[in-house]
Amino acid sequence: MSVIVFVEVKNKVNKSAMEAVYYGSQLGSVTVITFGDASQETLKELGNYGAENILICRNLKESNDQALTNLIATAVEKVNAEFVVLAQDQIGKGVGPRISAKLNAGHISGAIDLPDTSNGFVVKTNVYSGKAIAHVALHSAKKVISILPNSLVPQLNQKNANVEEFNPDLGSFGIKVKELKSQGDGVPLPEAELVVSAGRGLKGPENWGIVEELANALGATTACSRPVADIGWRPHHEHVGQTGVAIRPNLYIAAGISGAIQHLAGVNGSKVIVVINTDPEAPFFKAADYGIVGDAFEVLPRLTEAVKKFTASQN
Amino acid sequence: MKLLVCISKVPDTTSKINFVENNTKFDENGVQYIVNPYDEWYALVRALELVESHGGSVTTITVGSAADDPTIRKALAIGANDAVRIDAEPSDPYFVAKQIAEYAKNENYDIILTGKETINYNGAQIGGMIAEMLNTPFVSLATKLDINNNLATLERDVKGGVEIIEVNTPFVLSAAKGMAEQRIPNMRGIMAARTKPLNVINPVEQELLSSVVKFELPDAKSGCKYVEPENMDELVELLHNEAKVI
Repeated sequence: MSVIVFVEVKNKVNKSAMEAVYYGSQLGSVTVITFGDASQETLKELGNYGAENILICRNLKESNDQALTNLIATAVEKVNAEFVVLAQDQIGKGVGPRISAKLNAGHISGAIDLPDTSNGFVVKTNVYSGKAIAHVALHSAKKVISILPNSLVPQLNQKNANVEEFNPDLGSFGIKVKELKSQGDGVPLPEAELVVSAGRGLKGPENWGIVEELANALGATTACSRPVADIGWRPHHEHVGQTGVAIRPNLYIAAGISGAIQHLAGVNGSKVIVVINTDPEAPFFKAADYGIVGDAFEVLPRLTEAVKKFTASQN
Repeated sequence: MKLLVCISKVPDTTSKINFVENNTKFDENGVQYIVNPYDEWYALVRALELVESHGGSVTTITVGSAADDPTIRKALAIGANDAVRIDAEPSDPYFVAKQIAEYAKNENYDIILTGKETINYNGAQIGGMIAEMLNTPFVSLATKLDINNNLATLERDVKGGVEIIEVNTPFVLSAAKGMAEQRIPNMRGIMAARTKPLNVINPVEQELLSSVVKFELPDAKSGCKYVEPENMDELVELLHNEAKVI
C-alpha cells in the first residue's frame, strides 16, 4: 500500500512531522512530500520514523493551501497512493479538507489513534469539543487522515530515506501573505506540551508575572480563561476553552479558574491537569489529577521555586 | 457585496453529552440547540457589519432538516437578509460541502464565510472543501477581515505571530475569535425574521464518503489527589515520578 505523508520541514524535523511519518509507516510504504529549503541531512532524519522516499518541491518557498494541495495531489498520482497523512496543524487545517475534496476522498479530521481495520477502516477522533470520541468509518478508495498533534508517540522505524527533487507546475493564486507581525518564537498553544493558565482569580493583568515565571521555569506556554480574554487582560489567542483554542498538552496547570463546562471542553484532552484554587468547591477539581486548595499568589511562586530546584537537580 | 454565511445548529455549550441506541446516536433528550457560536458570533456578525458599511446582502445557508429552522430564524433575527436550507441530513463533511458548493457556484458570492469549526463535530472541514470545489482561495482561522473593492485584507494567528493576508474575491474563510462581537437580536429583528425568506431546496446526489460508526465517552478521571499548598516540592515530585509529564 502506498502512502503520501505531507510534512513541513524547516531547520529541524518537528514532532508533528515525526508523528505523521510514523502514522503513515503503519499504513504502508511512505513517500514524504514537502517543500522549501530544508537540507538533505535534515530531510533524511524522516527515515528514522519510516520514510522510504522524500519528494521535495524547492520551487515552493512559502505555504499556500492551493499550491500545496496541487503538489500533494501530483505526488499521490506519481506513487499511486491510497492514503494521504498529514498533521492537523495550521497548514493541515487548510490543506486536509482541500486535498480530500480534490481526491474525492473521505477525511478523518483530527485522528487520535491508528485505524481499526478489523471491519472496514475506522479511526477515532474527538467530537463535542473533547467531551466524546467518534469512531469514523471511511468508505472511499482514497483516504485522507489529519492527525491531532500530540496524540500518539512516534516509534523509531529506521529506513534509509532517498531524497528527490520534485517540482511540478502548481499554478498561481490570488492570495498572498503581505506581512508577518512577529510575537516571538513561543510554541503555539495547540502544539504546546506544557501549559500554565490563569483566570479571574489573578485579579488583574498586572499580576500575570507569577504565571509567566512558572511558565518560563517549566518551558511552558501561557493561556487564560475566556473572561480574562474578554476583559482584555490577556490577548484573545491565549483563550482556551470551547469557543477559544482547544488544547491537549501533557500538563495543564490552571490557577484561579473555577472550571466552567465550556472551559473544560477546551482542556479535557490534557493528559494531566493540576488545579490551584482557593475555593475547595470549584468544579475544576472534579476534572483534576492534582489539586491544591490555596491562594495562587502564594502557590504559584512556591511552585516556580520547586520547579527551578528540580530542574537544577536534573542537570 | 454578496455574502454567504454557513450556519449549523449545535447543542448548547452547557449540554450534557450522552448517546443512545448502542452509542450510535446523540441523546437529544433535554438538549437545547443554538447556532454554532463560531458561525454566529464571528462569521455572521462580521458579514453583517461589512454589509452595513459597504452595502449588499447576507444570505445564510444550512444543510439540515426542518429541525434546523428555529436556529436559522435566529440568524435571520440577528440580521441576515434571507436563508437557504438544503433539505438533507448533514452526516458527512464532504456531502455537506458539496451541497453548499453546488448551490453557491452560480450565485457569484464575493465571500463565503464559515465558523472555524462546529462545536459538535469539531471537524473544521467544510470551508476548505467548499474552496477546493469552487477553486478559490481559503483563509482558515481568520481573526480580522476588511474589504476594499474586491481586495480583502485578513489577519490570522500563526506560529510566532500574526499573518496579514491579501486576497482577491471570491474566496472562502473560516472565522475565529476576534473577528466580531456577539450580537443579541432585538424584538424588531425577531419579528422581522418571521417573514424573511427561508428557501428550502433539494440536495444534489452525492454518496457518503464517511460515517460515524459509534461514539464513546472518554474515561472518567480516577479522582483528584490533593497536595498541601506549602508542599510544592511534593507536587513536582509527583509530576515527575508518578505522572511523568516533566
